[in-house]
Amino acid sequence: MIPTKRGQALAAAIGLIPALLLVARFLGDDLGANPIEEITHKTGLWALRLLLLSLAVTPLRNMTHWNGIIPFRRTFGLLAFVYATLHFSTWLVLDHFFDWSEIVEDISERPYVTAGFTAFVCLLPLAATSTRGWIRRLGKRWTKLHRLVYLAATAAVIHYWWLVKSDVTEPRYYAVALAVLLAPRLVLLRQRAG
Amino acid sequence: MATLINVARAADARDNDVTPQDVYWNRRDFMKVVGAGLIACGSGLTGCETSDGARAAQAAVPDLPAIRGAVASPFSTSEKVTDYDDATSYNNFYEFGTDKRDPSRYAGSLITSPWSVTFGGAVGKPGEVALEDLLKPHPKEERIYRHRCVETWSMVIPWIGIPLADVLKRRDPTGSAKYVAFRTLHDPRQMPGQRGRALEWPYREGLRIDEAMHPLTLLAFGMYGRELPNQNGAPLRLVVPWKYGFKSIKSIVRIDLVSEQPRTSWNMAAPGEYGFYSNVNPEVSHPRWSQRKERRIGDFRKRATLPFNGYGEQVASLYSGMDLKKFF
Repeated sequence: MIPTKRGQALAAAIGLIPALLLVARFLGDDLGANPIEEITHKTGLWALRLLLLSLAVTPLRNMTHWNGIIPFRRTFGLLAFVYATLHFSTWLVLDHFFDWSEIVEDISERPYVTAGFTAFVCLLPLAATSTRGWIRRLGKRWTKLHRLVYLAATAAVIHYWWLVKSDVTEPRYYAVALAVLLAPRLVLLRQRAG
Repeated sequence: MATLINVARAADARDNDVTPQDVYWNRRDFMKVVGAGLIACGSGLTGCETSDGARAAQAAVPDLPAIRGAVASPFSTSEKVTDYDDATSYNNFYEFGTDKRDPSRYAGSLITSPWSVTFGGAVGKPGEVALEDLLKPHPKEERIYRHRCVETWSMVIPWIGIPLADVLKRRDPTGSAKYVAFRTLHDPRQMPGQRGRALEWPYREGLRIDEAMHPLTLLAFGMYGRELPNQNGAPLRLVVPWKYGFKSIKSIVRIDLVSEQPRTSWNMAAPGEYGFYSNVNPEVSHPRWSQRKERRIGDFRKRATLPFNGYGEQVASLYSGMDLKKFF
């Protein structure tokens, strides 16, 4: 069964529910004592989850041989980009209020911010070239460009790990998930090289 | 939130922090404007209403016994006090979990009565003292202090307590002690977070003897006119307002006067990030983030962090000649 455009639209709508929930909580003054921190944290979490979800699509297709799942890779990837943009914008605007000297200092001197910024920057060209038109235009180079997703996901996990004060329990789960998702790609790489 | 204490308000000592108008455009005002605008645009999508202060998922704070007769202190600030709901639902108390809402959710398992504090070390009167006996001789004070977390958020809390110096003096210190060491309760049955390894338990903290004997240093057993909620460190905690919040150890069971600098929990967890002194200092960044700004909970925009959290006038002399980048 090939998923229709409607199926992808449905997936996109479901993927936006966390964002809608944040808006609802914001309107109901239910974001707790530090709402900006809560928004930053939740948008970052969903960006990471959706990114990992998009990385799960290809291995799942290879296991199930269900090609219909492939279009969802882009849906999840773009959703991840939407949340990453919300996360980065919240940090830029609500946290730093366009204090550029501080923003630059954070990105260049705080390793966890460097990692996060790297992840976001990697996602930009991927989102921009996500359409079928670009796939056609770039051909083989599209596949090469989109390998940036591995760097984005790794940088995102490192970003989370490095920003936690002492309890790495949560980031560790994501690191394990990432390792599981990267493993088949590494195997493939070694097969090609060997 | 109403203040429920019967307090004779003395004249405020200082008016050092005149807060600019834009910082005072606090969260509630911002939300009323934006919320009203969004609703006008048809946010009937979500079916939510703005309700002033409605908090769906906050744990209910039990009706704690009021504390009467606390005297106002000249050390109190005149700044706007943080909302009680925020102060009691946004806490770092890893003994109950590492999420900010965990302490208010799970600290119900802490038994705060009966409670006693054990004194040891270089004192003429060591031993276990019941909490009521510890507090009885001392007139209680209300101290409205700024509280600055190392994570860059801050609050203004009206504590009720007694000077630590007075409590220590009653133990007849022999005079040989150079430091005071504190310990929190260690009981994973009451404090489920202690089953995990977020920190090494029990929580430990320490002060240099002159810091401990400083008039600002408070042993607090109440806030906002009532006894301390469990999540805020009931029944007895330290408040050292010129240092980062993690120095203000909660639920104290041991106080020792010692000659060696005591080990402290956050320094043990990450020695490069959390020092013994941990004085609030905008010039010394945490390795992973800047300390120049802070978010006062309830405010929308961030504000500049002050050296010694604005208590420099009272405490800077303790550190004259000290390299505060080295002794962070």
